[in-house]
Parts: sequence; C-alpha cells; structure tokens
Amino acid sequence: MDITLQDIRKTFGRVIACDRVTLAVPGGTIQGLLGENGAGKSTLMKILSGFLRPDSGEIRLDGTPVIFRHPADAVRTGVGMLHQDPLDYPTLTVLENFMSGRPERFFPSRSAATRRLRELAGTFGFAIDPRACLDTLTVGERQQLEILRLLSLDVRVLILDEPTTGISAAQKAQLFETLRRLAVEGRTVLFVSHKLEEVESLCHRVAVLRSGALAGAQVPPYTTAELVALMFGRPIVFPQREPAAPGRPVLELRALSAMDDRLRLAPLDFDLRAGEVVGLAGLTGSGQRLLLRTCAGLVRPVAGTVRVNGRDLTGQVYPSCRRHGVVFVPTARLEEGLIGDMNLSEHLLLVQPPRRLFIDRPRALEAAEERIRDFAIRGSPDSLMRELSGGNQQRALLSLLAPPLALILIEEPTRGLDLESAAAVWTRLRAHCRAGAAILFLSSDLDEIRAHSDRIVVFFCGRSSPPLDPSRTDREELGRLIGGKGWDREAAG
Amino acid sequence: MDWPTILLTGLAGVLATAGPLVVAAIGEAISERAGVVNLSLNGTLILSAMAGFAAAVATGSLAAGFLCGAAVGAAAALLVAFAGITLRQSQVAVGFVLALTLRDLAYFLGAPVMGAAGPRLDILPVPLLERLPVVGPMLFRQDVMTYASFLLIAAAWVWIYRTRPGLTLRGLGEQPAAAFVRGADVIRLRYLYTVAGGALVGLAGPMYSLSVKAGWKGTISGLDGLGWIALALTIFGGWHPLRIAAGAYLFAFLQWLGVVLQPFLPGIPSQVLQVAPFPFMILTLVLVNVGQAEWTSRLLALLPEGGRRRLAGLLRLLRASPPAALGQTFKRE
Amino acid sequence: MIRARVLCQQAGRQAGGVILALLAASGLLLLAGASPVEVFRQIGLGAFGSVTRLADVLVVWGPLALVTAGLLVTFAAGLWNIGIEGQIVMGAIGVTGSLRLLQDAPLPAWAVLSVALAAGMMAGAAWAMLSGLLKTVGGVNEIFGGLGLNFIASALILWLIFGPWKRPGIGSMSGTEPFPDSLWLPALAGTRLSFWSVALGLAAVGAVALLLSRTVLGLRLKAVGRNFRAAYLLGVPAWRHLLLAFGLCGALAGVAGFVQVTAVYHRLIPSISSGYGFLGLMVALIIRCRAAWVAPVAVFFAAITIGGIQLPIALQLDSSLSGVLQGLLVLGVLFSDGLRHRAAARP
Repeated sequence: MDITLQDIRKTFGRVIACDRVTLAVPGGTIQGLLGENGAGKSTLMKILSGFLRPDSGEIRLDGTPVIFRHPADAVRTGVGMLHQDPLDYPTLTVLENFMSGRPERFFPSRSAATRRLRELAGTFGFAIDPRACLDTLTVGERQQLEILRLLSLDVRVLILDEPTTGISAAQKAQLFETLRRLAVEGRTVLFVSHKLEEVESLCHRVAVLRSGALAGAQVPPYTTAELVALMFGRPIVFPQREPAAPGRPVLELRALSAMDDRLRLAPLDFDLRAGEVVGLAGLTGSGQRLLLRTCAGLVRPVAGTVRVNGRDLTGQVYPSCRRHGVVFVPTARLEEGLIGDMNLSEHLLLVQPPRRLFIDRPRALEAAEERIRDFAIRGSPDSLMRELSGGNQQRALLSLLAPPLALILIEEPTRGLDLESAAAVWTRLRAHCRAGAAILFLSSDLDEIRAHSDRIVVFFCGRSSPPLDPSRTDREELGRLIGGKGWDREAAG
Repeated sequence: MDWPTILLTGLAGVLATAGPLVVAAIGEAISERAGVVNLSLNGTLILSAMAGFAAAVATGSLAAGFLCGAAVGAAAALLVAFAGITLRQSQVAVGFVLALTLRDLAYFLGAPVMGAAGPRLDILPVPLLERLPVVGPMLFRQDVMTYASFLLIAAAWVWIYRTRPGLTLRGLGEQPAAAFVRGADVIRLRYLYTVAGGALVGLAGPMYSLSVKAGWKGTISGLDGLGWIALALTIFGGWHPLRIAAGAYLFAFLQWLGVVLQPFLPGIPSQVLQVAPFPFMILTLVLVNVGQAEWTSRLLALLPEGGRRRLAGLLRLLRASPPAALGQTFKRE
Repeated sequence: MIRARVLCQQAGRQAGGVILALLAASGLLLLAGASPVEVFRQIGLGAFGSVTRLADVLVVWGPLALVTAGLLVTFAAGLWNIGIEGQIVMGAIGVTGSLRLLQDAPLPAWAVLSVALAAGMMAGAAWAMLSGLLKTVGGVNEIFGGLGLNFIASALILWLIFGPWKRPGIGSMSGTEPFPDSLWLPALAGTRLSFWSVALGLAAVGAVALLLSRTVLGLRLKAVGRNFRAAYLLGVPAWRHLLLAFGLCGALAGVAGFVQVTAVYHRLIPSISSGYGFLGLMVALIIRCRAAWVAPVAVFFAAITIGGIQLPIALQLDSSLSGVLQGLLVLGVLFSDGLRHRAAARP
C-alpha cells in the first residue's frame, strides 16, 4: 500500500509537534524515520495510525484521501501501529490480548482464536504460549504478540515506534527478519528509531525529522555523518572513557541472594572499586534490576552480605543506605525519580538533610540557579518537573546527587534521551567517578554498556557471569550470553 | 422449633439479607472494572431505598418502586461519571460528598413517608424445587429479587469472563489506551458501565425498603453504613462476582450469628454485636492485601521451597489488585 | 496587599460554585413545597439572630476548625483520612477515661484538664496511626481502613457507655454521668461557648498553615503526598512521614474530642463526634486545602448546621436539610471548578 502524508501539521498548545510534514512511502518498502527525542516522529506516526487527529493536512492511501477518526478506523483500512510503550493488558492472558479488538462473536470461541494465534506464530517462528499471563512475558514477546494481532487483522501498513528498546539481541534479529519478510510480501513498514545503526541495517530508505519538520532523506548507501548532521544540525561530543585507576573497594557483595515473585538471584560475590563503572546486561527481568535494588536497600536480601566502604549494610533500608553515600536513580523519572508537581528548588530542599525548621527560600532559589547553570538545564528554578523535557529531567535528577557519594546505582541512565543529553549524562557520571564514587548501572542498550563500563556482568535467569572486560568481549559474545547460551561453559570454567 | 429448622430458616434469611449487598457490590465492581470508582454507595443506597419505598407507596406498584430506585442510582452514578470523566475532578471527592449529601437528602425528602405503611415483596416459592430437602427451603423459598440476585451473580460472571464486551470491560479499567486502539470508545463505555453499575446499586435500596428491612423509618432505618460495606465487599471480592457474593453471604451470616448468639452473651450490649461484623471485614481486607506487601514475600523467601510455593499460591488466590487505571481519566493526547 | 488580592481572586472563582449550589438547593426546596427565600432567611436567623445563636455557631466552629486543620495535614500527604470520625471518638474516650481516673484526685482542675487533653491527643493520634499502619504494613487503603476503624470506635464507645462507664442504674443513649462543673472548660456568661474552644481552633489553624507553607517538614509531607515513591528515593523517609501526618491529624481530632467532652457535653455521649469529622472533610474539599480559608468557611458551615436546627419548628422541614445544603455547596464548587478548567482547556 502506498502512503502519502501531505502537509501534516499538529500542535499541542504552543508547541508545534509536526510542521507541514510531507512524506511518500511506496508499498513494499521499509521506511526508516530518524530523529532525536521530541523531533515529532511519534506524533506523525500516531496521526497516520488514527490515534491523533492532525490540525491540518491529508493522508492518502494508494492515492485515496482517508480520514481516521479512531485507531480502529485505521486498522480496518489496513494501518496498524506498534506503540513505544506496549498498549496491551498486562493482567490478561496472551490469548485474551490476542482476541481483544478482533471481530469476534458475542461469545468468542477460545479454541478458534488459539488455533489462529498458533498458526500465525508458527509462520514467523515466534514461541508464545496462549495461556500465559501477559505480565510474565518479556517486552520483546509482547511486541511479537502485538504484531501477530495486527497481522491477523490483515494490516498492510505496519508502524513500529522505537521497537528495539528493551528487547534482546536475539529478539531484535528475529524482529528484523520478520519485518523484511513482511516487506517482501508487499506490506509497508514504517520503522521509527533514534538509533542510526538499526535504521541503516534495516531500512530501504530513511527520512529524518528535526524539530517537527522534515530535515532530509537518504537511500542506501547511507553516510552516518550526514544522517547525524541531519538529525542534530550540530556536532556532538561524546565523553571518552578513561580507564579507572583501581581504588579501594566500595561495594563488597558476598554470597548475596535476593528474590522477587518471579526470580531468585543466584548467590553472587562481587567487588566494586572506587572510580569504577560496571554495567549490568541482560534481558529485562534476568536479575540485574533485582541486584541494583537489593544493593540500594529497596529489596531485602535473603542471604549473603552487602558492605559499602567496609560498613555492613545488609538488610538496611534505603534511607539508611543513603546516609552512607548510596544513591539509587530509577529509570521511570516522573514515576519514581522526580515529583512532577514540584520545582527544582523544592527538590533541592528535599534532598538535603532537614537541619532547619523553616525554609530559607532565597537560598534555595540561589542553589537552584547554580544547578541550572552547571548542568545546562533548560528551565528556571520554579518550573515544575513535569514541564521539563526528558533530557532536562534527567539532568535535574543528576543535579540532585550531592557529593560525597560512595556508590551510584542507576537504571537505564540514558533511556529515551537524545545523543546530546546522553553525552551530558555520562560526562556528569564520570565526574562523580573521578571524585571517588563507584557506579553500578543497568541498561538494555548494549552499546551503552560497552561504551561506558570498565567491567560488564551479564545476567540470565537470576545467574550472573563473572565480570567481563569490554575490550576483550565483542557484541556477539555478549549477545550469546544475554540470550542464555554458553552458560554451562562459564560455570565449568 | 428444633435446631435444624432454625438453622435452615436462618440461612435462608442470610441469603435474602445478603441479596442487596450482592447486587450493590457487583454494581460497584462493574463500574470499577470500567475504571470509575463510585464512592457514593452509602448515600445512593439510602436515597434509593427511600425513593423506591415512596414510589411504591404512591403508586401501589412494587415494580415502580424498584424502577425508581434504579433511576436514582443511575442518576447518582451519572453525576460521578460526569464529574470524574468529563470534568476531570477527583472521583473519590465527588463520590464521598455524594455519599453524605444523598443520605441527608433521603432523610430530608423522606420525612413525609416516614413510618408509612407500604407494600412488601412476597415470598414466591419455586414449585417442585422448594420441596428439595435442605436446598429447597434455603434457595427456593425467597422473593423474586433474591432470585434476581442469584441470577445476577451468574450473569455478571458470564458477561465479564465469557463475552466480547466483557473482555473490553476488563481492559477498560486496566489500560484504557489499549482499549482505545482496539476500537473501544473509552469515554462512552465508561459512562455506560458506571450508570449501569449505579442502577444496580439503586436496585439494592428498594430491596431493603420493600423486602429485607421493609418500610422507611428515616435515620433509624438501619441502612447507614451498609453502602460502605458493599464497597469493602467489592475490594474483598477482588472485583470478581463469585468472590463478592461469597463475601456478602459471609457478612450476612455473621450478622445473623450476632442476633442468634445475643441471648447467650448478656454481658455484651446488642449495639456492639451489631457492629461486630464490620471489624471482621477490615480483617479480611488485611488478609486480601497481605499477599502484596513486601514483607510477606520476604517471609515467604525464608520458607522451604515446597511450602513456599503452596503458601504463595494461596496468597495469590486471595490477592486482588484493583484495575490499574481505576479513578484515572483517559486522555487521548 | 498581594495576598489579599489572591484571596479575593480565589473567592471570586468559587462564587460560581456557590451560585450553582444555591440554585440547586432552591429547586429542591420548591420541590419540597417550601419557599427558598424563607428557608435561607430562617437559617440565617437561626445562626446569627441572637448572641446565643452566634455563640452556638462558634461552639460548632471550634471542633470543626480543629478537625479541618488536621485534615489539611493528611490531605497534604495525599491521604484521605476518612477515619477522622473514629479519631474524634477515641480522643473523647481518652479524655473521659483520664477525667474519670483523676476527678477525685487532689489535683487542681487545670492539671486534670491538661492531662485529659494530652490523653485525648494521644488516643486520637494512636487511632489515626492505626489507619496508617494498616496502610503501610497491611496495604489496606486508608479509606477502608479508616471506615472500619470508625465502626470499631463507635462499637467501643457504645460498649463503654452501656457497660463499664454506665450511669448508676442503667446505661442509656444519653451518655455517662456528667462531670463535676469544676472540670468544665469555662463558658462565656449565658452561653455554651468556651473561650478555649475558639482559641484551640485558631491555634491549630495557624500552626497548620505555618507548617504547610513555611517549614521543611511541610514541604516533605507535600512531596510524599504528590509522589510517594519519588519522595522515598529522594531520601525522604516517606513511610514515617505518612504515619506522622496521620498522627498530627489524629492528635488534632483528639483535641476536638476534648473540646466536645469538656466544653460542650461535659460527659461522653454515643454521638460525641457530632459528625464533625466528615463535615471537616467537606470543608477541606470546598476550600481545596488552602489554609487561609479554613476559619471563614468553617464559620459558614457551622452556621448552616446551627441554622438548620430550628427548621422543623419554624417551617416543618427536616433539619437534615443542613447536610444537604453543605453537600450541595461542595458539589457546586467541585463542578464549577471542573467546568471552568474544561472551558479553559478549549482553544
């Protein structure tokens, strides 16, 4: 199906999300859509899929103008979208998720739907148990299910918004294979990403959005430098990794084990030294998150000890860990990290130990001004956190980390950030390392892990690998470990 | 009378007195499954009891009484839905204020019919089935609304778990955006289910004033507090019709037990025995929630594998988590 | 100056809601066959018609202001403290218990009353913190925990009045034996109003206003209320702050119970809370938790309550009309707020 987007414009209040974007995609192609965060990619695709209505402009499918009042309209016409945060029902089963939204009878036939799901899954080599509860699936599997659901509704245009966030290397390979196959069948695929190499390896053509407008387009062979220039309109400086001088041990884990309702962490011995950065890799839910939260005192270990700077913190709750220089920075910034309805100066007052009874407003404002300057936050001391962009929220969050710190535990430090913000975040984290802090972070972005870790620990089903040297471990080997291959050899060796 | 007869008539009475609670709690569950919490139950129940009774007295028709009650319940729910969905006000706040206001409104408007003689629903035995031993007198010598409450349990279960709209309903309170991309008109469905649930709550009122606690006696009608119990039952029942019914019957049974045991416990004032089931509800709520608490999972982790599995399974069975998007407004953009 | 202007703006914004409520109330009264003008006049007369009546309004105002001030703390921490009714009751029980213990002791009255006040505050705070513990440890939503504890508190007070603390002879709904008048808070001549009741109310409102706007603790409570998880991860001991908010509110509810026992009823009665807990929730909702408005709006609500008492005699209308009017006012403000936001959101 040929798609034409003609002069699409969409504003939210005073913000122009899409500014007269025109884009034509012939049937049977994989069209890449590149751009940094906030460039308007998602908005444009939500308009194409009927989720949002444009202020002006026209959508034509095979030359015929269409107006979608509702995403279901778009699906009926053959346009389906896979959203960045999976839009499905975690508490229902796989089968129920599959059936929902399909034109079933009043009393749907479970057996017929199961057959249809199995058949489709078989064609693409996806292993999905229809009876499983959705919240036991990985993000990658949920994505596969959603693709199958859309295909069962016979969509001829498939839109994927940042589909590779949070999925494993193996799942990514499988996803790309599937997309290529769909294109060969004559379907049109729109692939939204801010990762250059993915777009370069997969897409037949690429369009780049910047600040809501179309900045340019390319066909293979791609030139990375040109794409970067199109995306940012400016060069980016990446922080260089300096090998850590081995300092004294900051974090010592001995036979540490913890568990949540799904997973039990195998006993772990591990030392982290001052100035060192260690990345934790693995599929979502393999234990790396559990380990971070256990070290932070958010989860109580079931066995073993945690020592920080020689002090036994086993079983201590987070506030007391914090008093001993341990901070935890969560990934969900507005859910767990910041208070959306409060401003930066109030946040600064919150993180200080409450020595005074009354608030010293002038001083709080002054401190906030200082952080805004130092961390290049776009905002003022009294702008509310939820009004800041993702990158600025992350900078604000980092500006709240007051030295001296012993240990920084951080989840997905740059998730959802554009390259410039990501670079700024790592520059800041490095500065803490130089001041003697150690960093333990987890990321689903393998390149981030490889670029910033002094050592890497891979998790699989609660087991952890010995620390690996990133310079001597290539991407493929990491991918194999993450996918659960080669663990018996590790255990034997 | 001998003991078995007392027990049987007692249990039959328990099924009847629990009827309105079952209906109201299932009504609330339907509304909450759609993502709207209607906290006005206590007021709605009392007002619809009064209105239903007044309508029945005025027209002489019981059906008119029940219809009037349902209409009152639907109207109250519509207010909650309008404030919560369209005006984006706190559903809890509006519901709470309505719970107090509608109660006082019932006392105010009900003054003229206070103590009036009114019609009452008759027992309607089911031919043949009523002769069954044990089950007959318990289940099949009830009034028509009690039968309706039995049917409602089954119907609600089938609707929620076995039909296409029921699947959408379950998604609506869980992840409205997902229901939206699957073709559901979130706003309209939420209105619809809230009003339908409210109508059920409104039916429960006349079930009291025209049957279980026939008549309207103003502030001493003995209805104050039951709406809050129905709300607690919704949670205790994990938004699941069968479990809600079980909870309602348990509550009615305990109240009955209090009445039966009173002669044997002269030291305890009757007022105390009457409220005794309420703390019990709280205890069950604690039990239901305990499976989610962090310290339980920590305690569980200390147990040997086999026992842990079984206990965790039991807790999961008891556990009930509310619809994830309960009380939140859905915004397309 | 600026502050006065802000207050005027806030009042102006709520005027629409009040008008909405008055219209709804008028419609209701016409339906009930009464003249709205006459009803409002009677309520006004009933509340402000004489010095005694005015004093009665302030008798209600004291505990109402205390309770509302407490609720501002729990609302700031994001809590719906519906258990407030039970907290007043438990406060009153604590006061009565300590007075019964000490009334025959050779102590000056002020000392006995001070001990009773402390006991009331502790009892109220403990009962509130039980709500908090149910929430933090048991995971029971405070709305349901609080409701259950209300029921338990009312069972307890009935048991005490009909059981261990019953009047010589037989227990009755009229309550316990009155305390000797040396243990009454002194009343202004010819009225039931005690200076202390008003003073305690004003002090509580002032202290809470200061706490929430100027102190670090207030800021932390607000942080916990707006995003519990984030506040915890930013280093605020969030669980402790939740309990603290409950404790503060319960203590103020206990003071309200103290006023009810020692200044108003001079004994323990089954309905000792007079429903002021729920009324306080309504006041807190209508003023959107802005501390500056507690005092005047509480006067208004107290006036409606007192003004409604003579409706049955004057106009043969049930006095529950007061509750309806109060409810309609809150609903009116909530709805007009919503309508205004909706209008503003439209381009």
